[in-house]
Amino acid sequence: MTARMDTRFAALKAEGRPALITYFMGGDPDFDTSLAIMKALPGAGADVIELGMPFSDPMADGPAIQLAGQRALKAGQTLAKTLELAKLFRETDNDTPIVLMGYYNPIYIYGVEKFLDDALACGIDGLIVVDLPAEMDDELCIPALEKGINFIRLATPTTDDKRLPKVLKNSSGFVYYVSMNGITGSALPDPSLVSGAVNRIKSHTDLPVCVGFGVKTADHAKAIGAAADGVVVGTAIVAQVAGSLSKDGAATADTVSAVATFVRGLATGVHAARLVAAE
Amino acid sequence: MNQAATPNSFRSGPDEDGRFGIYGGRFVAETLMPLILDLQSEWDKAKTDPEFQAELASLGAHYIGRPSPLYFAERLTEELGGAKIYFKREELNHTGSHKINNCIGQILLAKRMGKTRIIAETGAGQHGVASATVAARFGFPCVVYMGATDVERQAPNVFRMRLLGAEVVPVTAGNGTLKDAMNEALRDWVTNVDDTYYLIGTAAGPHPYPEMVRDFQAVIGTEARQQILEAEGRLPDVVIAAVGGGSNAIGIFHPFLDDPSVKIVGVEAGGKGLDGEEHCASITAGSPGVLHGNRTYLLQDGDGQIKEGHSVSAGLDYPGIGPEHSWLADTGRAEYVPIMDHEALEAFQTLTRLEGIIPALEPSHALAEVIKRAPKMGKDEIILMNLSGRGDKDIFTVAKILGMEV
Repeated sequence: MTARMDTRFAALKAEGRPALITYFMGGDPDFDTSLAIMKALPGAGADVIELGMPFSDPMADGPAIQLAGQRALKAGQTLAKTLELAKLFRETDNDTPIVLMGYYNPIYIYGVEKFLDDALACGIDGLIVVDLPAEMDDELCIPALEKGINFIRLATPTTDDKRLPKVLKNSSGFVYYVSMNGITGSALPDPSLVSGAVNRIKSHTDLPVCVGFGVKTADHAKAIGAAADGVVVGTAIVAQVAGSLSKDGAATADTVSAVATFVRGLATGVHAARLVAAE
Repeated sequence: MNQAATPNSFRSGPDEDGRFGIYGGRFVAETLMPLILDLQSEWDKAKTDPEFQAELASLGAHYIGRPSPLYFAERLTEELGGAKIYFKREELNHTGSHKINNCIGQILLAKRMGKTRIIAETGAGQHGVASATVAARFGFPCVVYMGATDVERQAPNVFRMRLLGAEVVPVTAGNGTLKDAMNEALRDWVTNVDDTYYLIGTAAGPHPYPEMVRDFQAVIGTEARQQILEAEGRLPDVVIAAVGGGSNAIGIFHPFLDDPSVKIVGVEAGGKGLDGEEHCASITAGSPGVLHGNRTYLLQDGDGQIKEGHSVSAGLDYPGIGPEHSWLADTGRAEYVPIMDHEALEAFQTLTRLEGIIPALEPSHALAEVIKRAPKMGKDEIILMNLSGRGDKDIFTVAKILGMEV
């Protein structure tokens, strides 16, 4: 496996705090702005970066991420360009783990072997592919693990104890617990339910368990981070991008700083999470 | 590409992972995975349960009006001067198309599974109407997702669904057509996992839907096979059906797949021509990819982004096709050909004038292929075509194109 992911989670464990994992859409609202956003994330407090690969039919995403994908595609984003973003980011940051997140078809069309080789060369550490459940491991998960790229699996409230071992079997890097049954950007469920679920998963695996879907504010991040090894924020970040755009959808002078300021706030929440837990 | 070896039987698929060759599968989010495994185990039990089958048969006979007739189109045959043409009259079913066969089957399954809410996607509104109909009949609340563009152009069907008590939700995401409606239905399902049954309208989606929908629609071919043997004492030489997602086609094809003398022809929507972007010929002009839970032929660009299709027939306006059709195409067992909008419109008028049957625009595509083939065939040869729906819903579209006032 690429070392960056394990090194980062080990360091955070030593620090005694959860990771802040930030999602943004590659190419939204355009290639250069999204590269600037990506480069600003670690300084603002992101510990792991999820780089969204736009897809025309994002069936697990809510309106905010759907629109982000449409903006990116309209601006000419492709999977090759998304890999290019990672490559350019790596010129100045060789420590922050990058996880590509999206849907399978663009990867399938790119060609699985070529995609994995190029992803490694561009400094990608992990993959989250929403429409590849454990039943489809032969498609991409096994080839990725063989090449040394983490395959991060989603576990959900519908993943019961009987099914969890199957879901966890070929997972690596971390486990992404989806806090509720629903699409990205829905309302956050009761944090106590989430911590119960995190503990349930932890009883089956030694991997870090990170929680996403519905985390929108520093307070959410703090509450969720009390139990989880990481907090994933996506929709709320993408909404910062959307909110900063001009009327015709172009980036403005505020776009990058709006995201960075917001992520800084989330980081404050995440850093305070274990203080809550310790109380 | 993907030329598969000739199997011993063309009727044994899918395998236990839901694959037809490389096609099919279960490409869904983890949240939905336990649901489709549940559905599969319930479906496996139901298909061999005599009680379930008896209820299905009884509703087929008394509610849908099965068996549908096999009709010898005498004047059309005479006019074309070649092969004898038979229609399987699925347009005479309750709600006016083959869609009801599948909806009755799935609503019985939903009831059996203790689900209390039905969701469906629809393009032209035929599957939406059929879903709303069975939901009314069995007392389920029903939400139908329909692209905002389709809501505009299929107003009569929207009204029908609302009369039947369904909630029609216009989908503005994406381009507001069938594929976006399907995305939105999947988003609903992933949110309402406990009580909701997703009633997919075509032989596509994650396993077990392609198999299950096919089996509910195979009643078409099973009846037709028996009826043609009674009428002619032999099997047809060619079976022809229109293919969008492909449920009416797989329904009539499947019982004939292991009859090597029977040629199988699926007709795709060629729209305004295959040179441009305005068509829905997934097999003829597309390539294999992964969408809506299955691997199949899709209309897509070089980056794997899905394209919008176009067809004069909203029911064929989908950029994919059921996975079993993709496999039948690769193995060479079935042939898939495009028919253009204008050819379908001509066929629509021909049948109306010659036989007094107004066909839907979807089977008008199959009919246009019949009109091309029949004259080149001998008078002792037989074509069987699935007349999958009636054209009442299409009269406004046709009037507009022909420049007539309704």
